[in-house]
Amino acid sequence: MNLRRDVFQAIADPTRRAILTLVATQAMTAGAIAANFDTARPTVSKHIQILSECELLQAAQNGREIYYHLNPEKMKEIADFIAPFAKLWDDRFNTLEAIMNNYKNKK
Amino acid sequence: MELKTKIHAEDNKQEIIITRTFDLPLELLFKAYEEPELVAQWMGTKVLQLENRQHGSWRYETAHEGKVVFAANGVILEFVPDQRITRTFQMENSNFPVQLEFLEFESLSPASSRLRMQIIFKSVAFRDQLLQMPFAAGLSMAHDRLQDVLTLNNK
Repeated sequence: MNLRRDVFQAIADPTRRAILTLVATQAMTAGAIAANFDTARPTVSKHIQILSECELLQAAQNGREIYYHLNPEKMKEIADFIAPFAKLWDDRFNTLEAIMNNYKNKK
Repeated sequence: MELKTKIHAEDNKQEIIITRTFDLPLELLFKAYEEPELVAQWMGTKVLQLENRQHGSWRYETAHEGKVVFAANGVILEFVPDQRITRTFQMENSNFPVQLEFLEFESLSPASSRLRMQIIFKSVAFRDQLLQMPFAAGLSMAHDRLQDVLTLNNK
């Protein structure tokens, strides 16, 4: 059975969210991912399968190993990727505004 | 809550446009980019060099607990007070290619001004990678917290 999975259903599970955070910064093999969890290896494999079916994870063959990495295109459907970037700059500019207002008042 | 900073990043383009309206007169906004001591304050970085002229150069370095965590440098290509700064930006100790930045300052009223910052990247992939860095960092932080909770529960 290979049902088309819904992205939101996929991220409803905390283990699957944790897997996504793991591969956000680097591609990992199923074994390396499973090493981060106490859950049985087949359970982790099942989670990886679900995340792959809904395209949140992408697999890339490298020699004998299969590496999984995050699919940013699909992640865009569930999260505003740009929001943290905007927040970073907004915080920075808020600081600029506060410092310059203070500077003006001191003059 | 809506942010005062707007990010415009069209799909498959090599640029990011950041715009922000400030409750500051134009001169004060520009000064925040011109005076090394002020740059250091709002950027939270050490300003090692800032030559505000054509063909001048700049270099910033940020340390945390005595260790340099971020350093960047570039060349100033254009410096027109209260109007614009065009400069390159390159992160040190990183494989990120140099970026080109166009900063345009504009007065909206005697008490407000706007900054438009256009950043051009070597490729769409590098643009996307930079955009996603804070997102990935957020995910990792969320994960670290999750790890802490798991470790506590296992004790």
